Amino acid sequence: MNHAADIPGAGREWHRFTPEQRNIRFACYLVGVAALVMSLRHLEFAPEFLADAPAQVQDFFARMWPLDTAFYGKSVHAALIETLNIATLGTLLALAMAFPLGVLAAGNLVPIAPVNLLARLVLVASRSVNSLVWALLFIAVFGPGALAGTLAIAFRSIGFVGKLFGEALEECRPGPVDALTAVGAPGASVFIKGVWPQVKPAFWSIALFRWDINVRESAVLGLVGAGGIGMAMDSAMNLFRWDQVAVVLLTIFAVVVVVEVLVTTAQSRITCGAHTF
Amino acid sequence: MTWQVPAAREPAASPRHAAMTSPTADPRLNPFPANWPARSGWMLLAVYTAWAAAQLDFSWMRVVSGLDNLERFLARMFPPNFTGDKWDLIVKGLTESLEIAVIASALAIVISLPVGLMAARNLSPVWLSWPARMLVALFRSFHSVIVAIIFVKALGFGAIAGIAALVVASVGFIAKLFAEAIEEISLKQVEAVRASGASFANVLTYGVLPQVFGRFLGFCSYQLDSNLRNSTMVGIVGAGGIGGTLFSAFQSFDYDFVLAILLCIIALIFAGEIVSGFLRAVFLDNSTLSAWWARRRSAATAVVRGAEE
Repeated sequence: MNHAADIPGAGREWHRFTPEQRNIRFACYLVGVAALVMSLRHLEFAPEFLADAPAQVQDFFARMWPLDTAFYGKSVHAALIETLNIATLGTLLALAMAFPLGVLAAGNLVPIAPVNLLARLVLVASRSVNSLVWALLFIAVFGPGALAGTLAIAFRSIGFVGKLFGEALEECRPGPVDALTAVGAPGASVFIKGVWPQVKPAFWSIALFRWDINVRESAVLGLVGAGGIGMAMDSAMNLFRWDQVAVVLLTIFAVVVVVEVLVTTAQSRITCGAHTF
Repeated sequence: MTWQVPAAREPAASPRHAAMTSPTADPRLNPFPANWPARSGWMLLAVYTAWAAAQLDFSWMRVVSGLDNLERFLARMFPPNFTGDKWDLIVKGLTESLEIAVIASALAIVISLPVGLMAARNLSPVWLSWPARMLVALFRSFHSVIVAIIFVKALGFGAIAGIAALVVASVGFIAKLFAEAIEEISLKQVEAVRASGASFANVLTYGVLPQVFGRFLGFCSYQLDSNLRNSTMVGIVGAGGIGGTLFSAFQSFDYDFVLAILLCIIALIFAGEIVSGFLRAVFLDNSTLSAWWARRRSAATAVVRGAEE
């Protein structure tokens, strides 16, 4: 007796994906490979540059050593403080501007679709311009310096913070809001006591996350003249003082590591608080 | 923070009586007590803001004089200049940026797979995962423009330096998230494949990768997006792409050309976002072309309907 024939669907071939799914996946791979091949063939590059790369890298590190440690006290330290201030003030300014935009973008709090759309449009516009470009624009307006850098950081961050904050607002449970509305609380109280406690951990977590990114970004703004440690690096590079550049790079590395550790610890405390809440 | 209703509560004799003993008078009756740590935190923040603004030498005068400049700046920006040779420069720069992004993403994906596997602490021994994690942390800590400066020195001006810089930044991102995804997998399937006598390579391909490959492709599509953005910027330090054109237009106060370049960059980034969203729909949600198209159309009609209301 043939058992295989008794099992329903024995002769059928099983696939993880439908033919349509398989085709679209295959098409994606195909287009990806085609784009890669076209790019490789079209891009002009000089092989002689690659040939002497090891020698150049060796030269690069040789010139960095010994480090010009005196340079840290002379100009890096002040520039570092300026960078941290640019990053922090820029983040605070962004939070202040992103807060109302996030509320306007949240469809459950402001149930007016055109307003939501407009707020989201502003947030997308802010995000799609790189902070270096924002810096160039603000330098053209306010002149080189920390003001341009701070505004660049702030305007780039609005989109990021506003989008994530708006999404957090949309995930709010309606229960507390309904309860407060039912007892006749005014709109501001409903927001402060019904909505804000629900999104507070998310808001501070987003703010810390963006601050971490902004510390990294504010370190490069100086390359286009927007103040901070990048300016010290730019002037050292223009003088080919690689021993000073190395000091700046090490400083940036140390600060980024410290900030990341700080932010990770603070974020884990915030989210723990959210669980026990 | 527990708020208990007092056991013995005097019945309110009249509305007037109830108003006199307002609930805030009794701390046990106040469900929303003042949060002094939070208030002092806000005050500290305000003090810091004032101090930092003074440190950075901000003043209202600078803002006012800046707004004056803004008017002239905007007047010179409009209308954007797309004419003849300017357009050719934009097309050349954008093509190069696009190529840098594609090649850098492809290389980064190829490199991140083994690096991510090595950095996952549940698969690799400590002597392998520790150096891999250090490498990833090092790659992540510098902004891609700073990495580009170093590569411009090592490899000379041009797209190669840009590609190398973006590869470093992308490996830092993809490999870190990929390693974290692997650390979260279920070990039951790995155990099962191993119990059947599979080699290490087979354990990887049948036990580990099927659990994380979708997420890996998701990270890759995010990074493709981010590489597209950054490839338009690395040109500022001479690493190829439209960034160089943009920076020199800024330096020569050619602001109508600047606006034209910016509009083209934004259009390219939007297109990139749509492509990476499509890739995520296909590989993460198992969507098909028709399903994706139907969803986008229904979203668009919802927006239009909302605007009409």
